[in-house]
Amino acid sequence: MNDYLEVKNLSKSFEGFRLHDITFTLPKGYIMGLIGPNGSGKTTTIKLILNMLKRTSGEVKILGFDNIANEQEAKRNLGVVFDSNYFSDEWKISQVEKSVSAFYENWNTQKFSETLKKFHIQPSKKVKELSKGMQMKLMLACAFSYDAKLLILDEPTSGLDPVSRDELLHILSEYIEDGEHSVLFSTHLTRDLERAADYITYIRYGELFFSGGKDEFLDLFRIVKGGREELTADLSKKMLGIRNFSTGFEALVKTEDLKQYAHLNAEPATIDDIVVFTSKRGEPYE
Amino acid sequence: MKLIISNISGIPIYEQIKQQIKSAIMSGDLQKDETLPSLRTLAKELKISVLTVTRAYTELEQEGFVQNVQGRGCFVLGQGSELLREQLLCKIENSLSEAISAARVADLSEEELHHLLSILMEEKTDE
Repeated sequence: MNDYLEVKNLSKSFEGFRLHDITFTLPKGYIMGLIGPNGSGKTTTIKLILNMLKRTSGEVKILGFDNIANEQEAKRNLGVVFDSNYFSDEWKISQVEKSVSAFYENWNTQKFSETLKKFHIQPSKKVKELSKGMQMKLMLACAFSYDAKLLILDEPTSGLDPVSRDELLHILSEYIEDGEHSVLFSTHLTRDLERAADYITYIRYGELFFSGGKDEFLDLFRIVKGGREELTADLSKKMLGIRNFSTGFEALVKTEDLKQYAHLNAEPATIDDIVVFTSKRGEPYE
Repeated sequence: MKLIISNISGIPIYEQIKQQIKSAIMSGDLQKDETLPSLRTLAKELKISVLTVTRAYTELEQEGFVQNVQGRGCFVLGQGSELLREQLLCKIENSLSEAISAARVADLSEEELHHLLSILMEEKTDE
């Protein structure tokens, strides 16, 4: 089993929104970032993977198991972390363990208490007494205690302070260190992915824009900058996104076209640059 | 061995790793048969992608500095420092040839060129 998550031609139609033909593969042992502006279909994709939404068409396999036909086997190996926790606020940590462990034959109580200790979560506390970062770590502690092979996190960093975000990234890199675990991680805070992610899947307006290695993704694009008079109509047609301002312009271009912009300053693009410039539907924005 | 990643240097991270490992081999900091840090551990500690480290190690192997032994790690090869020296010598020769050509165009005498080199060397030692 080399691919922990296979998504093939996944589609879903709602009123006013369509997720269309999404295909990507996450191999064992790596972190993949799922990116795109709000409303582009990241959460829909994750809900379809988890079978919380019925897909219109396509296929999803988790560790080789179909996520609908073999839902139980698929989910046995899966850990999920949402933006907000899915435990009852009034539960004590011990009650959380009791209710979650009931679903997993291989639940490891010792591992759970060790992980709580490592994350500095006091077992005597109630869920509602934990900070947002702590609640997230509690969800992770659960996933680690039944040795989930694949972790899926939906916007886990959006409500966290920089310290907790850094901690989370560290926990995730530790988790994949042995090469036997993988992480799918949706976020619009792409700085978090800039270093730690191995793969990027970028969904834009319900369609797949890119899926592949992060370095490869960053290599595809460059930012060029120049004075206004240097921006000819011919050039601007080839650019993927342009920002004009009174003293010049900035634009995202394909690295393969770089020769045509030899007279301009070129620099590497960040994930943020790429998402921002490619999400404007070609319109220059002010 | 020291490995430090800069986010603002503009040099790709895999290239930074390669350069620093090469200079460690050159300086003798990394000896023949020593192993490089495990790929996944290094990625975790530097908080960078596993694929980035993989690329650095693979390219170092292709260039003949290290050998990757499945399941045992990445070993420094003996000829690493000679290879690097060879590459550097080649680079020096090329740059000097270029300087000589430019000197001919500028009608600079051999003596003047030697003099210029000495001045530049002195400036570098002062730094």
